[in-house]
Amino acid sequence: MPIQYYIYFCLALFSIGIIGVLTRKNAIIVFMCVELMLNAVNLLLVAFSKMHHGAALAGNPATTVGIDGQLFVFFIMVVAAAEVSVGLAIIVMMYRNTHSVDINFLNRLKN
Amino acid sequence: MTALLLILIPLAAGLVSFAMKQDSAAKTISLLASVVTLALALAAVATPSAIVYDVAWLNDLGSRFTLKMDGLSKLLALLTAVAYPLIFVAIHRNEYKKTASFYGLMLLAQAGLMGVFLAADVLLFYFFWELALIPVYFLSSIWGGEKRIAVTFKFFVYTFLGSLLMLAGILLVYFQTADHSFAMKAFYEVQLSGAQQTVAFWLFFIAFAIKMPIFPLHTWQPDAYEQSPTATTMVLSGIMVKMGLFAVVRWLLPVFPQATVQFGNLIMILSIIGMLYASLIAIRQDDIKRLIAYSSIAHIGLMCAALFSGSKSGTEGAMIQMFSHGVNVIGMWIIADQLEQKLGTRKLSEMGGLAQKAPAMAVLLVVMALANIALPLTNAFIGEFLMFSGIFQHNMWMAVAALISIILAAVYTLNMVQKVIYGSLSPASSTAVDISGNVKLALIIIAVMIIVFGVFPQPMIELTRDTVAGLFVKK
Amino acid sequence: MSKIAFLVPLFPLLGFLINGLGRKSLSKSAIGIIGSGAILLSFLTSCYLFTQVAAGAGEGQRFETVVTLFNFISVDAFTIPFAFQVDQLSVLFLLIITGIGFLIHLYSTAYMKDETADHFGRYFAYLNLFVFSMLLLVMGANYVIMFIGWEGVGLCSYLLIGYWFKNNDYNYAAKKAFIMNRIGDLGFLLAVFWLLFRLGTVNYGDVFANVDKLTAADITGITTLLFIGAMGKSAQIPLYTWLPDAMAGPTPVSALIHAATMVTAGIYMIARSNILYTLAPATQTLVAVIGLATAVFAATIALKQNDIKKVLAYSTVSQLGYMFLGLGVGAYTGAVFHVMTHAFFKALLFLGAGSVIHAMHHEQDIRKMGNLKKYMPVTHITFLLACLAIAGIPPFSGFFSKDEILAAAFAVNPLYYYLGVAGALMTAFYMFRLYTMTFLGNFRGTQEQEHHLHESSSAMTIPLVVLAVLSVVGGFIGIPEAFVADSHWLEHFLAPVFAESAKLSEAHHLSHSQEYIMMGTATLLILGVIVYAVNRFKKYTGENEQEEQGLGKVLANKWYIDELYNAVIVNPLNAIAGFCKNVVEKSGIDGAVNGVGKLVAYGSRQLRLVQSGQVSSYVLIMVLSMVVFFLIWFNDATIIRFFNKLF
Repeated sequence: MPIQYYIYFCLALFSIGIIGVLTRKNAIIVFMCVELMLNAVNLLLVAFSKMHHGAALAGNPATTVGIDGQLFVFFIMVVAAAEVSVGLAIIVMMYRNTHSVDINFLNRLKN
Repeated sequence: MTALLLILIPLAAGLVSFAMKQDSAAKTISLLASVVTLALALAAVATPSAIVYDVAWLNDLGSRFTLKMDGLSKLLALLTAVAYPLIFVAIHRNEYKKTASFYGLMLLAQAGLMGVFLAADVLLFYFFWELALIPVYFLSSIWGGEKRIAVTFKFFVYTFLGSLLMLAGILLVYFQTADHSFAMKAFYEVQLSGAQQTVAFWLFFIAFAIKMPIFPLHTWQPDAYEQSPTATTMVLSGIMVKMGLFAVVRWLLPVFPQATVQFGNLIMILSIIGMLYASLIAIRQDDIKRLIAYSSIAHIGLMCAALFSGSKSGTEGAMIQMFSHGVNVIGMWIIADQLEQKLGTRKLSEMGGLAQKAPAMAVLLVVMALANIALPLTNAFIGEFLMFSGIFQHNMWMAVAALISIILAAVYTLNMVQKVIYGSLSPASSTAVDISGNVKLALIIIAVMIIVFGVFPQPMIELTRDTVAGLFVKK
Repeated sequence: MSKIAFLVPLFPLLGFLINGLGRKSLSKSAIGIIGSGAILLSFLTSCYLFTQVAAGAGEGQRFETVVTLFNFISVDAFTIPFAFQVDQLSVLFLLIITGIGFLIHLYSTAYMKDETADHFGRYFAYLNLFVFSMLLLVMGANYVIMFIGWEGVGLCSYLLIGYWFKNNDYNYAAKKAFIMNRIGDLGFLLAVFWLLFRLGTVNYGDVFANVDKLTAADITGITTLLFIGAMGKSAQIPLYTWLPDAMAGPTPVSALIHAATMVTAGIYMIARSNILYTLAPATQTLVAVIGLATAVFAATIALKQNDIKKVLAYSTVSQLGYMFLGLGVGAYTGAVFHVMTHAFFKALLFLGAGSVIHAMHHEQDIRKMGNLKKYMPVTHITFLLACLAIAGIPPFSGFFSKDEILAAAFAVNPLYYYLGVAGALMTAFYMFRLYTMTFLGNFRGTQEQEHHLHESSSAMTIPLVVLAVLSVVGGFIGIPEAFVADSHWLEHFLAPVFAESAKLSEAHHLSHSQEYIMMGTATLLILGVIVYAVNRFKKYTGENEQEEQGLGKVLANKWYIDELYNAVIVNPLNAIAGFCKNVVEKSGIDGAVNGVGKLVAYGSRQLRLVQSGQVSSYVLIMVLSMVVFFLIWFNDATIIRFFNKLF
């Protein structure tokens, strides 16, 4: 498959994520949208990594060029997992305090 | 070495004083240290030649730890050294919370002031300039009057703005010096283009003008004087405002000779307007501290105008007046402090008849007042005479305008004298008692200095002669 | 002799220090002895100096010794020595100051005896300080030393006018005197600076020797400025209003400071600078006109005053005007002569008035007196003699000195003479009005006062008698040419001081017959006025007193000059000061400063609203900023080109 398809797909996925973050008030949905954005990036990283690696293999079968992209995906996944655990914990705490998961209630810091 | 000790002793004593648990110990140490400093300063004054102390400091930046005492430095170091024991004696019985810290900060300010007057390296000068100001911020904001926070904030913003401008000016000149050096010599020999001179001159001058202060940058001063604890006000108005004038002599006139000539007239006009303006306001002041503050602004304006008059006698007079004004104004503040303590008010309209209750104080107040209006045979007359003659040489009409201020000075000073000590007893005065022995001692010393230097001013003139000659050699 | 010159001011200084510092511990008699003794010693020293000067000066020689004590101020541009000059002029003034000063000190010991010891000490300390300053003024060998004394006497005048400091009216009078003097001092100082600027010296000898280095404009400027100084100190129009108010001080003070000595400082200064004035005809005219105007103007006010001291005060202003007239027409000797005779009779008048006031328990209104000659014979006789002297009846002293001035004035401009004589007639009128209402007629005070009326003690009457003798015979040191040729001792004595001026100005001499006619007419007119005044006021009872109308009301209110000054100068100044304090300072400058602060605060308050706390708005801003950064990133070349085009 040509790389463009991946790019368009990731772009769409990322945009959905951004629009979701911007428009939704429910903290859990915002959270899911953030995950969506992260995964769009992950997908793109894997796609580019595969593309570069494939091109390099043609010249040198033992090459490792391009695999660092996939490495980063793992990092991001780990970080995302950590983030989710912390984030969900915050949301739970928030729910306990406000009985709501609406992020617009969380503007008390502005004063 | 003497020069270094003049800075180190107050610094060390200040730090020790912080650690003192007992108030009386802190007081004793501070007084002792200030007396030792005074002795050293006298020794320095007695030394006929210039005193230099020079060690490596920030070599990479081109800055050395250089102290140099020429005539003016000696005179102002002496002023600082004389003022502190007087202040400590006069406030000996005053109660301050956290006494040890109060005395410590006072001494730190003294170290900074000494450094300002002795530094012969502009970076070092800047360092001490800030060092002198920082304790004052704390003194005013912790021990000041009810509006102290707002006032200290204003004072801080003003002086900090000035410091930053000066820093910019210093860097501007620094990059133009031949070998990228902060040394005084390098600054004096720097070649600047016309535009550079103009910009750097104003950067420096605004910083100094805020400190003096010169109209219209003066509004921090009456507030700060009114709200600071009086001991701090004595330091501020007796010594610290001289930093601005001193800096003009040391860092402005020799470094920017063309710009000085170019803008001299403008600055003189501003100063003279400021004198008249401040005198007029003083006439209508009811608060004795604000009255002294405005009177001080008028006197400083005269000194600034004389420094820019480009005449030798005017410059000479301004230097002498720096010392005389410092001594006299401290006397005025001691009296104001006593009045506030004894009567519980600063309003002139609530005072009156104190001559009946406190004759010693009344006599000393009259002596201070006479010095304030520069009556002949008081020390202030010598300086003012020379300054006015210098301004006259520069421009007769400026002298006429400036001289009007001596009439106004008589008006507001005599008003004050009349309202405080003459007339019938006011309710506030009726319970007053005369000043205590320590205050009397301080005031008598000041009164003696007023008369002695008024009759024999020549030693002071001789002392500052080399500085004056140095200023006029270059032109 | 030069070695002891410094003793003259030293004694009063010591007296001041002893009395000032020891006033709490010394007894009143000790204070009185120290205070008067110091002046007596000064007087004796002055007498010695006088004999030396008189002996040392050959015929017409200028005798002058400058004693330099130390260098007062020495800078590169000029040197001002602290030096005394003893010559004919200063030694004459020394005698007047210390001589009359001593008599008044003596008088004061009795006059002030009701004061408590420390106030008594304060009084004598001030008085000694005054004499010290006055001696500095006349002995100084340059204008700066003169200025020191000049301000010093102003200070003492201030302190003594406000001596009874509980009374705020007195304090206002004291302050007014000081401030008006300061206005004059401004002129004096400017003249000093001008001299320093042009000549680099203020020593009399050097200035007068180098007078040819000054341009005419310089001389006119300097002399005018000096004259402004004299206007303040010697109470001339327009700066005279402080002197009548200065009567708030104790009466001996008025006699010493505000009649005999301090107020003549201006005359001394101009006489000292006579060469400069002779070279500046424009200023001379100014001096003459101002002097004459003051003489007549003050005399008109004196006509309607009812306070015994106020009459004398306006009379002093008027007589000072005559002295300036004399200086203005070049009759320097005449002016100095009049200073001397005036010192005698005016001090006597004030002391006599003091004696009356003392006897009347501080009543000063002449409408409440009358017939005091019955109770106070010595005071009465001496007062009468002084009145005759001031009115200018021959052979009393005032006649000779006033005549000399008026004759010189006639030679310059007859109009001066006619106006001067008119002033003299008014003088005779108000003096004899005063005399008649006080000493003749019926007593109009209360029973109580009458009961206590008494002649003063001998400490008060002895000075009166001495001064009365001097007032009577003092004129004989200056007998005009017209009477006895070559008998004007004073002119001979002072001739060396005024020699340069005399060379420069052509002498106007009236023929003797003309002088006889003038003197005779004037004397007859004055006698007529005296008789009229005595007759008119002898029967004064104080009943059916009417409110003054028209001109009389204006005169009684002193031409409303004080009100005018208040309206034109004092009140506007106060208003401007108030405007500066309340509007310019608060709203203007501080407003601008606080405005900058407020602007910053306002700006940050507005900016703060961006931080709404809505997470999504933050994210939106983040996303938008990223988009912007990307756009910049991809188009940097275009943007740089755009900026290049812009600048």
